Amino acid sequence: MRHLLSAGDLSRDEAVLVLDTAAELALVGDRSVKKLPTLRGRTVVNLFYEDSTRTRTSFELAAKRLSADVVNFSAKGSSVSKGESLKDTALTLQAMGADGVVIRHSASGAAHRLAGWVDGSVLNAGDGTHEHPTQALLDAYTMRSRLGRLEGLRVAVVGDILHSRVARSNVLLLTTLGAHVTLVAPPTLLPVSVHTWPCEVSYDLDAVLPKTDVVMMLRVQAERMHDSFFPSVREYSRGYGMHGERLARMPEDAIVMHPGPMVRGMEISAEVADSPRCTVTEQVANGVSLRMAVLYLLLGGS
Amino acid sequence: MPDIRPHLLRGVRPLGGEPVDILLADGLVAAIGADLRAPEGTTVVDAGGLIALPGLVDLHTHLREPGREDAETVESGSRSAAMGGYTAVHAMANTDPVADTAGVVEQVWRLGREAGYCDVRPVGAVTVGLAGRRLSEIGAMADSAARVRVFSDDGICVSDALLMRRALEYVKAFDGVIAQHAQEPRLTEGAQMNEGCVSDRLGLPGWPAVAEEAIIARDCLLAQHVGSRLHVCHVSTRGSVDIIRWAKARGCEVTAEVTPHHLLLTDDLVESYDPVYKVNPPLRTADDVQALREGLADGTIDVVATDHAPHPKEAKETEWSTAAMGMVGLETALAVVQKAMVDTGLLTWEQVAERMSATPARIGRVTGHGRPLAVGEPANVVLYDPAAPVGVDGAAMVTKSSNTPFGGMTLPGRVRATFLRGAPTVLEGKIQ
Repeated sequence: MRHLLSAGDLSRDEAVLVLDTAAELALVGDRSVKKLPTLRGRTVVNLFYEDSTRTRTSFELAAKRLSADVVNFSAKGSSVSKGESLKDTALTLQAMGADGVVIRHSASGAAHRLAGWVDGSVLNAGDGTHEHPTQALLDAYTMRSRLGRLEGLRVAVVGDILHSRVARSNVLLLTTLGAHVTLVAPPTLLPVSVHTWPCEVSYDLDAVLPKTDVVMMLRVQAERMHDSFFPSVREYSRGYGMHGERLARMPEDAIVMHPGPMVRGMEISAEVADSPRCTVTEQVANGVSLRMAVLYLLLGGS
Repeated sequence: MPDIRPHLLRGVRPLGGEPVDILLADGLVAAIGADLRAPEGTTVVDAGGLIALPGLVDLHTHLREPGREDAETVESGSRSAAMGGYTAVHAMANTDPVADTAGVVEQVWRLGREAGYCDVRPVGAVTVGLAGRRLSEIGAMADSAARVRVFSDDGICVSDALLMRRALEYVKAFDGVIAQHAQEPRLTEGAQMNEGCVSDRLGLPGWPAVAEEAIIARDCLLAQHVGSRLHVCHVSTRGSVDIIRWAKARGCEVTAEVTPHHLLLTDDLVESYDPVYKVNPPLRTADDVQALREGLADGTIDVVATDHAPHPKEAKETEWSTAAMGMVGLETALAVVQKAMVDTGLLTWEQVAERMSATPARIGRVTGHGRPLAVGEPANVVLYDPAAPVGVDGAAMVTKSSNTPFGGMTLPGRVRATFLRGAPTVLEGKIQ
């Protein structure tokens, strides 16, 4: 594995190796000295064209726990805002000797383009509405550690599938790992060719919940309302929001996941968000171990 | 100075037929026959195995001047056209300033005459500044030295139905035609590629086929209602072909073009995220390509037009969504048509001549082009070798830009010579 651009690039064995490696590295986080020397002398650049304190911090922490030198290169206050092209930025990072570049970009495919311009490893930390593979990996990791398995697990992904890179990566990865995915959304928020994807589709959340082990709520931007994807926040919330009553209709050990940031009152009620069955903070913690695993596997080899 | 000596084309196959000799002299086809004698001072061209076609006519070329001379100029673009076997091109109006006045179209026309590689026929903008608000001075452009007959806001759709109706009506006064870029704007806001399986997987906003088809249907009905001529630019979907076939059957005076790239390439190429495949309308599916080929073969689609759209390197060396749309196409058009249409048995060379020369000349009301290869006709001729496979290399092209989607592909043939009124603009495969 040289780059991680799409969750679909991972074979089942590779994906399991990432999850197993993350489980081992998670033990480091429990120690008082949370550091391994594994990536000493290697340079990781966090190239973030979109604001995302959460993801950037997660990658930064992961790289630092492996003793890599970390450089944060954010679109604000750098040459990027002066109009430098992605390619020139890539060549600059290359000249500085970056071993790995973690890129977050608003354009779908930006990570693919970058991989063609640099020698080091490229790690896609979210590209437009395309993919977010480490999010899918940390989600799978969280499901496995909570429920003990992935094979045969019934996962519902609910919300703005059309614009969600998290949904795309999750469908690909969970299918590879043997879980059954159902996408739930109003028809306007589903891609036109969704029937060709390797998953089920439903417009009816209430019908899906009783046969679901994991429900993953996606953030829905209120702005979508202005483009008539749905008539009002209230109507969306009524049809597709997760609240206590709906949670009660799920199997007893079912969990609620959310990649964050949550919009409380929109896709998830405070009651559910704060319930012990909601794994939001666990996902964040797992994110660091998982990203350590990916960095280790991409950059750790000689 | 153009080379005005007579040229004797020895052993050439007119429209792919039996070999004969063709003598070009004084700007005309002077003689056709077996073993013609070369008058003194004649340049003899060994044209054995080469096919002679009337000089190609492009209805859809972006020459970028004035305004984007870094991408192409009238001179560099018309040289590129000559390399592709063209003797006349229509220069689209989306320049900066826009070709929406007699002044701009006359400038482009004059630059074309000065360059001398092919006849440059400016296209006039339908609306002022391509803004879609009010008609530009269409009549003044028609009466100008450039004698504009084709009007288009290409790049932008004349989406206002009433304005489109008025434009269609207005050009009837001087036998003009409106060339529509069919793209419903609301359905294509932010669109990046064909909407379908590939766009959904890649997370790129989709450009649905219906956005093209809905406008074509509306415009065919409008054109028939007001009794005017409509030309549909770069048809790209199966549904569009069906609608045009239906409109023609009910008597609508509609013509349509397809680009070489839409005859050969499909949207799965976008998987690479390489913007060299970014174009508007976008590359579609294999099923659409099949329908376009069938439509061109049965005459539903009348012509092949290049939509040659040069862009500087930096406009394509970027992430997909910020990259410019468009592909260069003049120098590969004939070879792509051979690959997609002739080698597949869908068109004869005679039909290729019709669709790339005679019919586009007729639609654009271009005199002296698209004429038969017959004694007394203007000596606008292209010599093409259909058995000379060539690897496409954007950097080696004559156009100022290199954004070809066919780079690295092998195309089956190449243009050996182009004559504009008897003078070679290309000889032995080289620009003169």
